[in-house]
Amino acid sequence: MSERIILITGTRKGIGEALAKYYLSKGDIVIGCSRSEIEWSKNGAFENYRHFLTDVSDEKAAKEIFSFIRKKYGKLDALINNAGRASMNHSLLTPIDTMRDVFNTNTVGTFLFCREAVKLMRKEKNGRIVNFSTVAVPLKLDGEAVYAASKAAVVSLTQVLAKEFAEFGVTVNAVGPVPIKTDLIRGVPEDKIKRLLDRQAIRRYGTPEDVINVIDFFLKPESDFITGQVIYLGGV
Amino acid sequence: MKGIQDVITEQIQSYNEVADEKIDTANGEESVIYGKGSPLDSVGFVSLMLDIEQAVADELNIDITLVDARAMSQKHSPFRTIKSLAEYIGKLSEQGDE
Ligand SMILES: NC(=O)c1ccc[n+]([C@@H]2O[C@H](COP(=O)([O-])OP(=O)(O)OC[C@H]3O[C@@H](n4cnc5c(N)ncnc54)[C@H](OP(=O)(O)O)[C@@H]3O)[C@@H](O)[C@H]2O)c1
Repeated sequence: MSERIILITGTRKGIGEALAKYYLSKGDIVIGCSRSEIEWSKNGAFENYRHFLTDVSDEKAAKEIFSFIRKKYGKLDALINNAGRASMNHSLLTPIDTMRDVFNTNTVGTFLFCREAVKLMRKEKNGRIVNFSTVAVPLKLDGEAVYAASKAAVVSLTQVLAKEFAEFGVTVNAVGPVPIKTDLIRGVPEDKIKRLLDRQAIRRYGTPEDVINVIDFFLKPESDFITGQVIYLGGV
Repeated sequence: MKGIQDVITEQIQSYNEVADEKIDTANGEESVIYGKGSPLDSVGFVSLMLDIEQAVADELNIDITLVDARAMSQKHSPFRTIKSLAEYIGKLSEQGDE
């Protein structure tokens, strides 16, 4: 089979939706997931897209996705761990349940999908995993303690798994976006975003295309010597 | 009908086709898979177990997780021989049905 098989988490909206549509337009086969129903691929609008209603932190449900991919395609070329949740609040205003939710999606979900993906990828001795961090990690943004901590863990996972998966021919890298206008940051006040953008070398919002560009680089066959790296947008 | 031991043996055979140091299967179900007397290093071991895990899922519809820290730390390793591994898989699949 010559088409690439690409698994992208969190494809219902935002960056995940843009990623799914982009790779579909390239002729790849895309498998996606989210917790709620998606609108954009209703009635089989995209022949090469398959959606699962799956919470990324649900081990059993996640394994069903991988079992489907293994039986239907026998391989997985790339995993993009895009699903993510934010909590933009002062730590004193953050309930522990929120912390658990954020860590479950961002950290547990990322680890679980990495672990299951490499089981499939090792067969071809080839695979690409891309995780999602954020500039909130290097900028140590106040008001985002829980979100930044969950994404700092993703950076650690990326760097350690890069070592553990190298012998299976699988690279693990991460992209760290700046603010991008999606629902994720809708509740953040304009002046706070402005101050954040001012700390970037290039002071503008990011776009899904900026993220796609970095991911495309990680997925290239020639990038098989690039692993354990985090690329932040905007010169952070 | 194919049994768990058959699936394990097949996976060992296909492992042996590509491995430099082969797992000796001359002793049938008592053949040593992992531990003293086995050529497997830890990565070879994990790879073989994942192959077996996937093969029993595909061929026998048994969905289990074979290697985890709990299984690795058992006093009597379930991974020692073809027989002990088959028994262990049988036990895990019964637990899954409960
Ligand atoms: N936008 C930004 O400014 C920005 C900046 C830095 C990093 N990022 C990162 O970029 C990634 C995508 O963010 P976005 O801006 O596109 O966010 P978004 O618009 O809020 O979309 C999040 C997507 O993830 C899915 N999702 C959330 N929790 C999930 C779970 N537990 N299991 C499965 N799917 C889940 C959502 O669908 P359901 O709700 O249906 O599950 C949705 O499709 C995230 O990892 C985020 O941290 C974004």
